Amino acid sequence: MVERKTPGEITLNVFITVIMVFLSLIMLYPMLYEIFVSFSEPLKLFRHRGLMFAPAGFRTYAYEWVLSDKEIWTGYKNTLFVIVVGLVVNLTLTSLGAYFLTRKDCMWHKPITILILITMYFSGGMIPFFLTVKDLGLYDSLFALIFPTAISTYNMILLRSYFQSIPESLVESVLIDGGGHFTILFRIFIPLSLPAMAVMLLYYGVGHWNTYFNALIFIKTKSKFTLQLILRNMLIMGSNLDVDEQTAEYEQVVESIKAAMVIVSTVPILCIYPFLQKYFVGGLMIGSLKE
Amino acid sequence: MPLSRALVRYRWLYIMLIPMLAYYLIFKVYPAAYLVIAFQDYWPTTGITGSKWVGLANFAKIFKGTATFSFWQLFSNTLILAVYNLIFYFPVPIILALLLNEVKRLGYKKAVQSMVYLPHFLSWSVLVGLVYVFLGSTGLVNKFLTQAGRPNIAPLMDPQWFRPLIVIEAIWKEAGWGTIIYLAALSGVDEQLYEAAVVDGANRWKQLWHITFPAIRGTIITLFILRMGSFMDTGFEQIYLMSNSKNRTLSQVFDTYIYEEGIRKAHYSFSTALGIFKSIISLILVISTNKIANLVGEEGVY
Repeated sequence: MVERKTPGEITLNVFITVIMVFLSLIMLYPMLYEIFVSFSEPLKLFRHRGLMFAPAGFRTYAYEWVLSDKEIWTGYKNTLFVIVVGLVVNLTLTSLGAYFLTRKDCMWHKPITILILITMYFSGGMIPFFLTVKDLGLYDSLFALIFPTAISTYNMILLRSYFQSIPESLVESVLIDGGGHFTILFRIFIPLSLPAMAVMLLYYGVGHWNTYFNALIFIKTKSKFTLQLILRNMLIMGSNLDVDEQTAEYEQVVESIKAAMVIVSTVPILCIYPFLQKYFVGGLMIGSLKE
Repeated sequence: MPLSRALVRYRWLYIMLIPMLAYYLIFKVYPAAYLVIAFQDYWPTTGITGSKWVGLANFAKIFKGTATFSFWQLFSNTLILAVYNLIFYFPVPIILALLLNEVKRLGYKKAVQSMVYLPHFLSWSVLVGLVYVFLGSTGLVNKFLTQAGRPNIAPLMDPQWFRPLIVIEAIWKEAGWGTIIYLAALSGVDEQLYEAAVVDGANRWKQLWHITFPAIRGTIITLFILRMGSFMDTGFEQIYLMSNSKNRTLSQVFDTYIYEEGIRKAHYSFSTALGIFKSIISLILVISTNKIANLVGEEGVY
């Protein structure tokens, strides 16, 4: 189609472009600013006025401080444990559940589907949930961050929608050849749903990485603190920041360290983000179009 | 088909069902049993069976208030934040999606999208940490004010700033991500409609009003009704992390108070009653919004 561009249309396009560039900068700049601050020299940072477009000076002290801090490493280790074990549990339970939900001819299919949908809208709330986890003996255990969030109903329905787009004839041919449901799931459904599995990996993974609430209510021992708990204590409460140099630029040193902490704790997500981006948008589209 | 035969025929399928069903029974159904403690004076040592029944006393206590809170303060704090979010946050993803939809060059559109989705992946700890660094005494905002020759500010210590900050943070974090569902609805619009409109002489505004907007109207209404369902969930993590001694009178909402009473002070019965009260309000809100949507001729969610 050949577009005739009127002056009004051109103005509109320019207007939209300007807004979009501005918005992108608003989204991106806070992170860039943290990077600049984390590499800045305290005195130059102190003297700096206005927006920053590069680090004020250059030094890596903040990163040395963060990476030599024991608590940060403890947090990293615990969070990593929760992510690795959590993802195995998440993906196993979610794909088994999603597979069951696609088998409509099976008895109990309907009542179980209804049960799941009901739990999406009604929940016992914070305290019954807390008491349940306590009853299970998971209080102050890292498994309290794994089992209670093993299935997200939303993710399971998303995966089911994806499974449903696989032709039923494939299932029938396996059944005729004497294969069972495990063969269908692991040999056909999962290999054919890799984009959807990537979305699951991303959603659950980011969820584990960022989870704060469950860690706050269940984890009490310091050696079991996850990264987000430690970040909160250091970034917001400002505790445990024993900086050697008690100089006039003390506040700037602390600021650089906090910025470095933000960067160090966000880098893993920023690294996988570009690779998974094409999948997660696609995955969400499947869910929203089919439901 | 008799049960035993079904069990034999679908045995592997039922084995596959076990982990999922166990999850729902343990973490979704079992907690519901604990709702009865709202009508008890529950002590973990005596359990549900051994605790004294007190009828609606815990609910009465909600309205009466306690030494540390008054019901109306809690209720209005929650309500005001929810209304702020509804007015100032809810329209932003819609506007953003409509703008993104007008960007016709694909590469450019993708680049903008990947930037506006990014904040969604930051945790609240990091985000609130960012805000502290930005608004702190030596933060970017004060650097800027100093440069402009204006007095410095301390918004984090000023209760007046609490609500605006909550809304701004929510917009920054989620508005970009929130566009996805609208963009999905918009991607379903037939290009031919626009072509036909151009032939008929409709300009971009008319196309927007008569083609694009109707395409997402259903999505807007659905999301609005769903949002009413979580109206009272003000986002525990954000509020909890943003609250400090200075803004306590404004930042105490249902969720944070339930946490304070139930988990920190172990007043299980009272906090469960508070949770039930909150759920009832949410339920009323969803049902009535859905009714209103139906009355004005929209589909609603059920």
